[in-house]
Amino acid sequence: MTTAKTDAAVKEQSAPVTPSDQRERDRMRRRLARRRGGGWWPYLFLAPWFIGLFGLTIYPMMDSLYLSFTDFDLLTPAQWVGVDNYDKMFTDDPVFWDSVHATLLYVVVSVPLKLALALGVAMLLNRDLKGIGLYRAAFYLPSLLGGAVAIAIVWRQVFGGDGLFNDFLAWFGIKGQDWISSPDTALYTLILLAVWQFGTPMVIFLAGLKQLPKDVYEAAAIDGASPVTRFFKITLPLLTPIVFFNVVLQIIDAFKTFTPAFVISNGSGGPLNSTMLYSLYLYKKGFTDLQMGYASALAWVLFLVIAGFTAVNFIASRYWVHYDD
Amino acid sequence: MSATTTAPKSPLHRLRSATGSRRIFIHTVLIGVAIVMLYPLLWMLSSSLKPDTEIFTQPGLVPSSLRPENYSEGWSGSGNSFSLYITNSLIVTIGAVIGNVISCSLAAYAFARFEFRGKRIWFGLMLGTLMLPTQAVLIPQYTIFYNLTWINTFLPLIVPKFLAVDAFFIFLMVQFIRSIPRELDQAAMMDGANPFQIYWKIILPLMKPALITTTIFTFIWTYDDFLHQLVYLQQNDKFTVPLGLTLFLDQTSGSSYGAMFAMSTLALLPTLICFLIFQKRLVEGLSTSGMKG
Repeated sequence: MTTAKTDAAVKEQSAPVTPSDQRERDRMRRRLARRRGGGWWPYLFLAPWFIGLFGLTIYPMMDSLYLSFTDFDLLTPAQWVGVDNYDKMFTDDPVFWDSVHATLLYVVVSVPLKLALALGVAMLLNRDLKGIGLYRAAFYLPSLLGGAVAIAIVWRQVFGGDGLFNDFLAWFGIKGQDWISSPDTALYTLILLAVWQFGTPMVIFLAGLKQLPKDVYEAAAIDGASPVTRFFKITLPLLTPIVFFNVVLQIIDAFKTFTPAFVISNGSGGPLNSTMLYSLYLYKKGFTDLQMGYASALAWVLFLVIAGFTAVNFIASRYWVHYDD
Repeated sequence: MSATTTAPKSPLHRLRSATGSRRIFIHTVLIGVAIVMLYPLLWMLSSSLKPDTEIFTQPGLVPSSLRPENYSEGWSGSGNSFSLYITNSLIVTIGAVIGNVISCSLAAYAFARFEFRGKRIWFGLMLGTLMLPTQAVLIPQYTIFYNLTWINTFLPLIVPKFLAVDAFFIFLMVQFIRSIPRELDQAAMMDGANPFQIYWKIILPLMKPALITTTIFTFIWTYDDFLHQLVYLQQNDKFTVPLGLTLFLDQTSGSSYGAMFAMSTLALLPTLICFLIFQKRLVEGLSTSGMKG
């Protein structure tokens, strides 16, 4: 109700109206605002969402928290075991630490590379070029197909021992190896797959670049600022809200990656757990080993880690994200 | 190019339009990137038409001999015919699209057009669920559906969509409805329309662009959503396209690479068609949805 009133006040200022007009309009607006409350109507429209929110989000979150303190194999009732699951996870489960290692490496390497590439290409595309629509489409397509099993299958073959990537290296006289079955490189094929899908942040960067004020650049050009200076002194600072938006989104996304890790390692997370991304480990614990209590504990840790990363992102953003009012 | 050489060389002008050689440089870089981006897809397509013996020995894109039988063999493929997987995928995706369009638009209408108690808190909760990883609720949701004996049916993949669990689309539609002038609602209200009639006759037809975006993305994301299909569908006869594809992975020791690539290509076809038809809307819808407001 208050926002509606301030909206009205702002509009009133922009158009010159006589006082009696204004009173009449105010009365009308108040009546409409009251009617907009709509009694039970909004709850009716929100009913499906409420059922989903409580039944499929809030209750499951609480249930998951409870299950994380139990032994539960789905078939027999859950047995309370206190903090055993968490204790085991942190002190007595080397695979858990393998998955943490793989996941953090994956997030820390793939997200910056992906965003840098996305911004770089977006800057190249942010001008009048012939065929710009075609370029945008070509760069966005891999991102759209990204989650598909078919793409992960292709990736597995491209980086296999006799795959496309080694043919490419052979041109330069480099002898390749089986990148997928080597524990040192398998995760990097997943990272490369993630970087290949830079289209989504690219499109968002492009939208942001288009909104940057032209006159600032013109002034800078007249002052003789070099392109590099213009990028670091104008483009990047003005773009920080969008960089932030992309960073938050991409980190959350990277933590959830499942399909390529599953397909490339044939569900094993191998070789030597090098591609055991956290989501894959959670799936294996819950649905292959039927240790649903343990998997629930893993899920809560994932939830807290993502929430933590997002919170840190938001707090840190105060120091580097510039919003113009 | 001729325009740039004859135009006066003010700093302003130099900023706006690149000179000829720079333009060529930029195009070269972009074409290079485009080739790298599309090459794996073209490789998949060409491999799907090659004899197995040639896939890994002959690196070029053009097969020396065509083998379209890969497609027919892949189709009758592994366990069940691929037509079954495609039918199953269609049931799941169409159900999900209908569910998302109805439930998300209802919720969005309420958030965009009504004032009610706790609206800010509910709206905040809705945005919060955007960031919740699905893995966090996967196991308790599974136990719920297990107790309902819905495992190995399509229900766990479709019913949640009727409960507006994809908050992203609610948010997108709220932003869209806010851009529809309220005067239209008010005029209808004066004519005695109730809120549901306003939703049905005014808001829904006007928000067609947002509904189309929702349809496309729900279709593609559900079609590709491997994790949930893997968890909920357990028997071969309920398998969807992604699950059907993984069956090829288990038999890679055999000589079915050609068939695997053929079915991978086919599996990408619905998404590709969607992309080609809605290319502009997809790219632009995405770039504005997160940004407005």
